[in-house]
Amino acid sequence: MKAIYKRELKAYFDSMIGYLFIAFLVLFMGVYFLAYNLAGGYPYFSAALSGLTVMMMIGVPVLTMRSFSEERKNKTDQLLLTAPVSVWGIVWGKYLSMVTVFAVPTGIFCLCPLIIQANGTAYLAADYGSILAFFLMGCVFIAIGMWISSLTESQVVAAVGTFGVFLLLMLWPSLVNFLPSSAFGSAAGFWILMSLAVFCFYRMTESRPVSAAVWAAGTAALVILYLVKRSMFEHALTGVMEALAVEEVFEHFVLDQTFDLGGLMFYLSLVGLFLFFTTQSLEKRRWS
Amino acid sequence: MIEVKNLVKRYGGHLAVDHLNFTIEDGQIYGFLGPNGAGKSTTMNIMAGYLGATEGQVCINGHDILEEPEEAKRCIGYLPELPPLYVDMTVEEYLWFAAELKNLPGKERGNLVEQAMEKTQLTQVKGRLIRNLSKGYKQRVGLAQAMLGMPSVIILDEPTVGLDPKQIIEIRDLIRELGKEHTVILSSHILSEVSAVCDHIMIISGGKLVASDTPENLERRMTGGRRLELLVKGEPESVKATAAALLDEAAISISEKEEDGEVRTFLTAEMEQDVREELFYAFAREKLPILSMTVTKASLEEVFLELTQKQEEKETEKKEPEKKLRGLFGRRSRRNAEDGFGPVVSEAEAETGGVASEELLHPEDPLVQGMGDEEGKEDEGE
Repeated sequence: MKAIYKRELKAYFDSMIGYLFIAFLVLFMGVYFLAYNLAGGYPYFSAALSGLTVMMMIGVPVLTMRSFSEERKNKTDQLLLTAPVSVWGIVWGKYLSMVTVFAVPTGIFCLCPLIIQANGTAYLAADYGSILAFFLMGCVFIAIGMWISSLTESQVVAAVGTFGVFLLLMLWPSLVNFLPSSAFGSAAGFWILMSLAVFCFYRMTESRPVSAAVWAAGTAALVILYLVKRSMFEHALTGVMEALAVEEVFEHFVLDQTFDLGGLMFYLSLVGLFLFFTTQSLEKRRWS
Repeated sequence: MIEVKNLVKRYGGHLAVDHLNFTIEDGQIYGFLGPNGAGKSTTMNIMAGYLGATEGQVCINGHDILEEPEEAKRCIGYLPELPPLYVDMTVEEYLWFAAELKNLPGKERGNLVEQAMEKTQLTQVKGRLIRNLSKGYKQRVGLAQAMLGMPSVIILDEPTVGLDPKQIIEIRDLIRELGKEHTVILSSHILSEVSAVCDHIMIISGGKLVASDTPENLERRMTGGRRLELLVKGEPESVKATAAALLDEAAISISEKEEDGEVRTFLTAEMEQDVREELFYAFAREKLPILSMTVTKASLEEVFLELTQKQEEKETEKKEPEKKLRGLFGRRSRRNAEDGFGPVVSEAEAETGGVASEELLHPEDPLVQGMGDEEGKEDEGE
């Protein structure tokens, strides 16, 4: 893992990408910092950070696009996968190197609240909390980007796909409003989600009887729940879907100045989930 | 020691490796030989742990490649068909990275990298970016990576492809050198290469092992010995009688020709043992002068062609017998299939075509069969 981490980190700074990513984020941070805090006189640095979320949507795909697709295209994954290293080791090595690159601009951001303090009143706790949330949100983005990169051989497809997913995540809270909130609509929505999950399960295991049994059990459970406790389904689908809005957690830090520990746990679980997806996508390629 | 048991690899409906079984002993150079697409690279990729097998087991020095992947992979150095090089690194950086990746002991890393570079003569280019190296040097960097840390088994997939003749000779010498300390497995579709370097040849065709022996035994096995060609001045009857005393009579074939007003007899026979000297004296005693005598050995080329073709024929025969006849019309029906009327037209044609060809053409006719075979093979490839 250490070897891969070191090599990746070096590769980011041997090529332009590492510097480009850092410069891009720092430049736009400077623009927002100037506009909101220095010129506008707003004492919270987190306002400038929330403007940067859009820039992350552009920057992170550039950082993550090459992680696995380049290896696959150049066949260098043969070296990694035939070396005495576990797949988890490979994934962690790559992931940590990208997080390290991202930590550089985040470190620079940490200076800004101090600049505000030097010129007046600063809310250091709120700002550093926001920076932490921003960093973890970036880690989630990087994990998603790495996973998408592991699905394809083309860096362009990886970058565009990652950007598409980020766009969807940004629009998510508004999109959720279009979902039905009635009890029946929610139940139907859950049924569709359950069927999709079972289909994925079937594709993974290729076991028809087990999948059919799970699907039948799921359908029966939904129908019974709906008949017995109908009120439970009111607004249930929108409630669940809203919880998946990744950027909401960061917004809590910025807008409400609350330290959302649960939200941070949510970020960490998402990171774990997408790292797991990445290992699975690498393993799957060897077996198909 | 590597044990491969009942190895199967399926890609969708295509069977790339078909129940492969073999054992590789320590300290020898093994050659995987087979036509393109025979399943050599797939087998090697599975042995090195890059691909998972659909069925079967690979054990390297007693470690199962799936159950104890890290122990098993530690015993292997692998050079895939395309060397897995990071072109943005220098040669030295790359080898250091490979050494770290293989988890070689930290203190020895420097020495081991130096050693690998010396053996592959990379020391002069160690500071250059891999991107800027020629194909031959890139191959050597791949080879240095594979031999780094002295793994007990080195697997090389087509190590000399794309090199110029001088580089090929250098790489071969290097492989021979490696064979002294390691077990080496290399694959190739070039015969001369395998026979020049390997102690043991495994011929793979259609995902199956069709032969496994030393190069000498393979040659011997084919003709059951050597072929003798003799041109004698004299009548066929007396020539045959003389030869029959020393050679197996059933293996003798004789033809007669007249040249310059003399009768000459041309004799060919399979020879189990070398009896050329005895033949010379026997013919001399009978006053039958020998004009020429040659002994030919079946070359590995012939062995290879015969074995791989046999395999292909078997595969063809396994399919429905009428396919041979239908094959004649296959070309037309395929063209129709491209037009989008595929199934209907081709089925109708196959039916009428089958009858027509039986009536109009003799199936025994070698031309007809030959064409059918060819079509069958084409189908195989698709």
